[in-house]
Amino acid sequence: MKYLLLIASDPTLPSPEPGDADFDAYMAAWTQYTEDMEAAGVYCGGEALQGADTATTVRHDSGATTIVDGPFAELKEHLGGYYLIDVDTLDDALAWAKRLPVGTGAVEVRPVFPTDEF
Amino acid sequence: MLALLADRLGNLDVAHDGLQDAYAKAASVWAADAGVPDDPAAWVYVVARNAAIDRIRRDAAARNRLASQARVLDTAVAGDVDPGEEEPPSLIADEGLADEGLAGAGDEQLRLMLLCCHPALSRESQVVLTLRLAGGLTTEEIAAAFLLQESTVQQRIVRAKRKIREARIPLAMPAELPERAQLLATVLGLIFNEGYVAHSSDAATLTRSDLADQAIRLTATAADALPDEPELAGLLALELFHRSRERARTDASGRLIRLAEQDRSLWEASFIARGHAALAAALNHRRLGPWQMQALIAAEHTRRATDWERVVRYYDTLLGMSPGPVIRLSRAIAVGEAQGPEAALAEVEEIDGLDGYHLFHAARADLLERTGDPHGAVAAWDRAAALATNPAEVQYLRSRTRDVRPIPPRGVI
Repeated sequence: MKYLLLIASDPTLPSPEPGDADFDAYMAAWTQYTEDMEAAGVYCGGEALQGADTATTVRHDSGATTIVDGPFAELKEHLGGYYLIDVDTLDDALAWAKRLPVGTGAVEVRPVFPTDEF
Repeated sequence: MLALLADRLGNLDVAHDGLQDAYAKAASVWAADAGVPDDPAAWVYVVARNAAIDRIRRDAAARNRLASQARVLDTAVAGDVDPGEEEPPSLIADEGLADEGLAGAGDEQLRLMLLCCHPALSRESQVVLTLRLAGGLTTEEIAAAFLLQESTVQQRIVRAKRKIREARIPLAMPAELPERAQLLATVLGLIFNEGYVAHSSDAATLTRSDLADQAIRLTATAADALPDEPELAGLLALELFHRSRERARTDASGRLIRLAEQDRSLWEASFIARGHAALAAALNHRRLGPWQMQALIAAEHTRRATDWERVVRYYDTLLGMSPGPVIRLSRAIAVGEAQGPEAALAEVEEIDGLDGYHLFHAARADLLERTGDPHGAVAAWDRAAALATNPAEVQYLRSRTRDVRPIPPRGVI
């Protein structure tokens, strides 16, 4: 069963930038996490996203479309990246979500609609 | 039985429906034919399993016809329907179960209870699911107990079961067993409290002892199955101590009687004895928790004379574990017994955040009355009565307003 881990955090909170003393350690934690997923054979994909201020939303309304600046939901926390994993149960997915090196933020765990079982 | 079936079929929903079918069939067949079979449990199991598999096949056929994109069967179910295939990679892997010493009686029901209290389910879902699946109550009974529409209860159950199925919440022993046991204790405590205090009831009676007894049964099962989680035994002790006083809590007209004024001969000794046994078992682990502390306080009240100073100390420990205004209020009331109403009133006036809680105003009213402020007392009793929802409590609070000593006319000392 595939699960999408949607990682959101508050962009106003400080996070290490390239050149900061703790940036390398910060990046190493993410690299290590991804490698652990690969080693466990659960990793299907994952990316970090540019900031929500780069987002553009195409809104569909019964066939008509409008393009608006910004993400589709204005929240305190912004979607910052995702992992797609393949594990047996929600408990496994939650265990991976707990291990994410997110200092402060939220991870939404969503089962992927299983179309491959047809 | 349900857990066993869900285990075999890997699908809680289908297992539940199959079991309903089997019970319906049992009702008609056992009445009509040669009566109850030699092994009724085995009979029900086989019939339920066959009914469940029929359902799976019917569902599969129907949905295939619709060629919908919806997932029909999870792999576990498909594996079980097609005999000869290897054991499916089931949702309910139970490795390590024997290591935990949990195998045997009560184990299936325990896993079902732990599933119902999975943190991925809302608290409301946890409560109704525990009663429906582990407790075996009907949706009608749950709706009546919580004063909800039956359709609301039904909807919560359907939604929760759908999430269990579609997000694949496993019927497995959780990796973080102590945390899950805490959640289970919280849910069982809520169920007991709903049955015991019945604050949402519009009936004139204070308790719905069926619900409270159901909570006691489930808590006893959980405490038996998880002997290394002393908080469950602590909760069981607390429930039993409360339950022992049920007959003494109200008079013939349904009016509340305070603990100090209760007829102790009405307390049921068997519940008290069971409570002390459960509490002793819990305390043996030397890992105190909030439920054990509350049980210790309730146990203190089973003595002939309550040691109020000790109760205050217990509340101090409890506040260290789970700080909160309601526990501070309870501590202040104990201070009132141990040190007098002035000290207690000073503490009560320091508590923030309970202005909408009727028992806060009732405690304040009682203390104001005892410290000689009848005007303040009447106002506080009125406020308490206006906020209370249980009819027996409202009636009691109104009567207290009437009972405040006549207010002396101004100028007369």
